[in-house]
Amino acid sequence: MNYYLKRTLQIPATIFAVATLTFGLIRLLPGGPFTQLRLELLRQGIPAEQVDARIEALQNIRPDAPLWQQYIDYMIGVVQLDFGQSISLNEPVIDVLARALPWTVFLVVTSTVLMFVIGVAIGALQAYWEGSRFDRITSGGSIFLMAVPYYIFAVIFLFVLGYNWLFPTGNAVARGVDASLSLAYVSSVLHHAALPILAFTLGGIGSTALNMRGNGIQVLGAEYVEVARLRGLSNGRIATRYVAKNAILPMYTGLLLLIGFRLGGTVVLEEIFSYPGLGYYMIKAVHANDYPLMMGCFLVITMTLVVGVYIADLTYGLIDPRISAGGSDEY
Amino acid sequence: MSTEPDSAEGIDWRSETSNVEMSRRDRLNELYEQKIRVPALVAWSDGRTRVGILILSVYLFMALVDVLGLWRDASTNQAEVALLQPFENMQYPLGTTRSGVDLLALIIDSTPFILLMVLAGGVWATALAVAVGTVSGYKGGTVDAVITAISDFFMAIPGLPLVIVLAIALSPENPIMLGVVLTINYWAGLGRSIRSQVLSIREASYVEASRTMGTSTPRIIVKDVLPNLMPYVMVNFVLAARYTIFASVGLYFIGVLPHSGQNWGVTLNNAYNQGGLFSTQALHWLLVPIVAIVGLAFGLILLSQGMDRIFNPRVRTRLTGESESIAEEEDATTTEMI
Repeated sequence: MNYYLKRTLQIPATIFAVATLTFGLIRLLPGGPFTQLRLELLRQGIPAEQVDARIEALQNIRPDAPLWQQYIDYMIGVVQLDFGQSISLNEPVIDVLARALPWTVFLVVTSTVLMFVIGVAIGALQAYWEGSRFDRITSGGSIFLMAVPYYIFAVIFLFVLGYNWLFPTGNAVARGVDASLSLAYVSSVLHHAALPILAFTLGGIGSTALNMRGNGIQVLGAEYVEVARLRGLSNGRIATRYVAKNAILPMYTGLLLLIGFRLGGTVVLEEIFSYPGLGYYMIKAVHANDYPLMMGCFLVITMTLVVGVYIADLTYGLIDPRISAGGSDEY
Repeated sequence: MSTEPDSAEGIDWRSETSNVEMSRRDRLNELYEQKIRVPALVAWSDGRTRVGILILSVYLFMALVDVLGLWRDASTNQAEVALLQPFENMQYPLGTTRSGVDLLALIIDSTPFILLMVLAGGVWATALAVAVGTVSGYKGGTVDAVITAISDFFMAIPGLPLVIVLAIALSPENPIMLGVVLTINYWAGLGRSIRSQVLSIREASYVEASRTMGTSTPRIIVKDVLPNLMPYVMVNFVLAARYTIFASVGLYFIGVLPHSGQNWGVTLNNAYNQGGLFSTQALHWLLVPIVAIVGLAFGLILLSQGMDRIFNPRVRTRLTGESESIAEEEDATTTEMI
């Protein structure tokens, strides 16, 4: 089968599987979320039949129907982007998610691109000047950066820059600024996103740089680079066509994984900066026992990841023709 | 690796002429020499490993202190002064929290918990990833397709949100279980990258030779493929361990994981929520757990950077003086992973 077709069909299949997983988590675990909710409602003195009706309204499933019926109802709901009603915010879950998703994507994409570009640049210079003072200092710095989790940077930035009124400590835009492409709006968005992005980027630069350094040193020692020199190619051509391309390629596969980890990481980041993305609402839902909203956030973060990895994968196919060859012999 | 059966035979042959017990001791000596003393010497010769081992032994020492009960347990109001600064009173070397808890006791109390959790997370993630990656990469065909499809599915689920959902369903308070839950889908991505390493190793001439000789697949995987993966696996074990620390502390920090006692993440959370950020008076309360976390991660990373040398066969044999077998490999450059 065609690689691109196969890859595209994988998306609905994965989302289907993950939706099944969330359904299983909601329903099947002993003492699961809804048992707790039911107990809570009963304790508040609400009659049993009303409790059932309320749970039905909150989640798009009927608690008394057989399991397969519940499953089909849930899946139809997911396909129609109906995730039920949020208990704590008292509005449809999908509305909350639609509001939050763009902020999370903005954070992750901006900081991942920044991290990749800066990390690769530093790593390339380290490899080129291997053993120099610059290399030793930045390598040490990279190892140290790897040892500091991004949320520690977040906390420190909040302390040093946030509470001194230089940067806002919550929200994605200032109050009263209308969403438009005006200068006031864009600068307000950037102002609010600066600290989260800075913290998230800094946390990833170390490992990217070390990775690039290792690959760069290996490529610089390769025979084809020597051959290119002997052929008298210009330095610029050797640096970009030979060294950079071959050193970055293996890291690009790692980037797919990285997107996954970083998308999960926004949960902590957004909570610290009170940045109203998916992770922020997920934690809010956890603390409020708002299971429909929590599962909705989980499902949408997963969908975002699946689509993000898909896009990265397709571009990878453009750079490296080997990827589409696929199929390996069996031993 | 291929010389091992030969040397074992040699000892057997000699044992006929000498005392059986002596030969066993010889063999143990040889084992000690090859597997423990020489690697240890190589490791120690690298500055990064040395610092890494020193840092990690501080944590092991703290765990020991807690297990043997050599330092008082943390409890509220054990110091008369709240928010005592570090090194002000040597009774409480790292100062105290707002409720008068000895911070050093807090840090020491949770060390065994954190170390167990980190070990469980690292072992679970790497062991599963190695098993999945080598089998899938070496076998190829249908086995590979099935395993790849399964790990693709697990890779598609973002780690921390999944852990949050699972934490609510399972409430893991046991450190070993927590370590496993935190890295519940970490193996998928790692298995994927190990698979791609195996893909290139299986085309190597010596693996092909083993295959032509009719060696069984499990034997080829264990004897020919795994030794070549060791540096990569060690480095990734450390990365998985680091991920376990970061994830657990992060989730404790935002108050998602259930906890019965205090640990570094919970301490960080308390300090943060009770004004550690607003006044320099309480700043040490925030900094002490941060130093504990960063120190452990730093020690692990340094160790892994130096570890590459123990598992790199070229460097190892050079130290023992068997140089003739490695002459042809001399031109290859040392690879530094991470």
